[in-house]
Amino acid sequence: MAIDMAQFHQVFFEESFEGLDAMESGLLNMDIGDVDAEDINTIFRAAHSIKGGSGTFGFTAVSDFTHVMETLLDEMRDGRRKVTQPAVDVLLGSVDCLRDMLQSIRDGGQVDQSVVSAHKLALDSELRNSANGANGSSALEPLPSVSPITPADDGAELEICGWSIAFSPHLNLLKTGNEPVRMLRELAGLGELTTTVDLQGVPSLYDLDPEECHLSWKLHVAGNISAAEIDEIFDWVEDDCDLAKQPIYKTEMPLQALQSEGTLSANDVNTSAAPVNKPTEENVAGAEIQPQDAKAPKKEEAKAAGKGSSSIRVDTGKIDTLINMVGELVITQSMLSLLGEHFEMNKLDQLKNGLSQLERHTRELQESVMNIRMLPISFVFSRFPRLAHDISTKLGKKIELKLVGENTEVDKTVVELLSDPLVHLVRNSLDHGIEMPEVRIAAGKPETGTVTLEAYHRGGNIVIEVSDDGKGLDKDKLRAKAIEKGLIDADAVLSEKQTYELIFMPGFSTAEKLTDISGRGVGMDVVRRNIQALGGDIEILSELGKGSTISIHLPLTLAILDGQSIAVGDETYILPLGSIIESLHVKEERINRVVGKGETFLLRGQYLPIIRIHEIFNVPGAKTTKLTEGLIVVVEGQGVRCGLFVDDLLGQQQVVIKSLEANYRRVEGISGATILGDGSVALILDIPGLVRLSSQ
Amino acid sequence: MTDEAVTINPEQGETAKSQENQLQFLSFSLGREEYGVDILRVQEIRSWEPVSRIPNVPSYEKGVVNLRGAIVPIIDLRERFQLGHSQYTALTVVVVLQVRIEERTRIMGVVVDSVSDVINIDRKNIQTAPDFGAKVSTQFITGLAAVGGRMVMLLDVDKLLSLDGVSDEYDSSNK
Repeated sequence: MAIDMAQFHQVFFEESFEGLDAMESGLLNMDIGDVDAEDINTIFRAAHSIKGGSGTFGFTAVSDFTHVMETLLDEMRDGRRKVTQPAVDVLLGSVDCLRDMLQSIRDGGQVDQSVVSAHKLALDSELRNSANGANGSSALEPLPSVSPITPADDGAELEICGWSIAFSPHLNLLKTGNEPVRMLRELAGLGELTTTVDLQGVPSLYDLDPEECHLSWKLHVAGNISAAEIDEIFDWVEDDCDLAKQPIYKTEMPLQALQSEGTLSANDVNTSAAPVNKPTEENVAGAEIQPQDAKAPKKEEAKAAGKGSSSIRVDTGKIDTLINMVGELVITQSMLSLLGEHFEMNKLDQLKNGLSQLERHTRELQESVMNIRMLPISFVFSRFPRLAHDISTKLGKKIELKLVGENTEVDKTVVELLSDPLVHLVRNSLDHGIEMPEVRIAAGKPETGTVTLEAYHRGGNIVIEVSDDGKGLDKDKLRAKAIEKGLIDADAVLSEKQTYELIFMPGFSTAEKLTDISGRGVGMDVVRRNIQALGGDIEILSELGKGSTISIHLPLTLAILDGQSIAVGDETYILPLGSIIESLHVKEERINRVVGKGETFLLRGQYLPIIRIHEIFNVPGAKTTKLTEGLIVVVEGQGVRCGLFVDDLLGQQQVVIKSLEANYRRVEGISGATILGDGSVALILDIPGLVRLSSQ
Repeated sequence: MTDEAVTINPEQGETAKSQENQLQFLSFSLGREEYGVDILRVQEIRSWEPVSRIPNVPSYEKGVVNLRGAIVPIIDLRERFQLGHSQYTALTVVVVLQVRIEERTRIMGVVVDSVSDVINIDRKNIQTAPDFGAKVSTQFITGLAAVGGRMVMLLDVDKLLSLDGVSDEYDSSNK
């Protein structure tokens, strides 16, 4: 081939994975019994394009596999087959298998043939079920009709000495630009060919449309020819003809199938074709066991390399806005440079105008560039219906999963890093949270448990909540467990919140029985660490018998922050705008001291602690030390409210967050640094850190 | 090892040896003392500019500056070596160094009184620093060299600038 196909692989894989996701969600949404034809169509189209793509790129294992799926779906689409739960489950399993196959092809690894053939078998038996279903005996159990497979397994050792092929083109075959004669000629090239043409379908000369193909053939090729060689010839017409091929073995094998080929539908054809493919694949797998081991480390490398070049799909609308903005920016720029060439003082207003335009455009441009990195959280959420489906089937629980706020947009990095912790949390809710149906009924709760995944914006944060109406956390049990594991002292006094936080300690698990779903005691600590690495925070609320809610607070983006500059002595600090509730002057009579030292002030009936930034940061040149003369900024961080005592508020601006750790180190009370308009560095305050500092 | 090679093959060994044993240092002064750092670690030399102070850190960590978009800490070497404090003037010099800590390169600036020279020192002319016990810490001095009658103390940049807690980020991420 002259064109290097490898350059298109990346796109193919991306599209295929998207297609698989679409298939998966389509299958999960399908309402058994009352199926929307459009749903099946969507699934079918996805399968079809994966088949087409993989065929083009020569990933025959994938296209063969998808073909079987497609056949099954095609029957469902035409209403020839009822959509049953087992069928959907088989299809879901196949989607997974296909995903594995594609992944290992992409990473240059080996496909686990035994898994693939197991899935293919399941599909085949599902297909065969259809015949029975049509006859009225809708048996759920796959009939013991595995028979065609068994002789095929024996057949693996037999040598093929020829093929019987029934080839009946559809009427429109010629219109798709295919020529049966060419195919026959190619077949003849493989071995000695005997043809029998069936003229029965040919209409009278008067009715004959010369562009329609009314002929069909029975062909017989002699020679040791592989199935792939035959397939290759009919590759392009697969969808435009009924094709049945049957190998002829050297030893006398009973050739059952072929008499009925006249009535054979495409599906049955596949059933008979499958056993042919299977042994060859297994042979391949067997032969390559040696190199497979040697290749294992290579696969890892390939994976690592693949991760490096990540790409992002952007809505064209976003790109159009971006281009428009750049256009406006260029116009403003040329206006300004024109103004600068012959500048006179009377043009000052024009200049100011132009500069403010420039400012607006830059800001808008920045916003839309940031927007490109924003993805809806549904990218993470979409995998959960499947998880809930699988786990509920496995455990025999009845669970409804509700997704709320899927369109909330988050930075791409956050989305990617969020998915693992979330899977863990949802799994925990499904496995440990929701009780078995009997238990629920006994407790007076609805039989079906509800797990809710909700995402929303609050301030500069995105909040993600995983809540269930399950059994909740048992405080006494948590405590006893922690003491038993030596994580806390037996007489330790813990608040409700602190007790719940015990589950984030390494090596802590309350599940009495380990399951393969969760409960190994590695996890919640990892979850918390991952969330904290993203600059976020995780919280648990729970009520015994009613359920629990885990909320994750994350910064919207890791790069930009709406900041409020504050003056403290000679220095300027930045406060995240989202954490500020209000700022006010306090009156003397509202200030109180706790034990003579800690200062608090009364705000709408609530006593809030005051943190003097001058003192905890030792800032020189404070304007005043009297609380009544400065300003109190009321802030909230991780559930803690307090008043920061500062000299003055300066201005609001978007700041680009720079890491202090890159060249320096973490400093308590500081979350990062930024560069101000005059080129100097300002530090960004970290409210929880400040609270910790002041309590020391 | 090299000495052995020299005895076996004196002619060729001499030239190779002179190249490979020549080390270049940037020398600078702190008070009346002279120090040297490996010239390959020096990124640039800048004049002093006001820093943004970092709260609650040792006083020799003066603060951070914006170095073309990167936040770079500035360390006062006089204070680090307890040589007393000096006034910063427009002539005060900041040497920006590349520091390798735990396989990561960091950029840090050190404040010195003045930069003197680039000096070539033969490896064999470098003496190990004498041990003063607990009285004087010599852990970040790789050796002493005599250049034109002056003693130059050669500094190990990586050890000198692995400030307490610089590698904390690794620990905190594992907590």
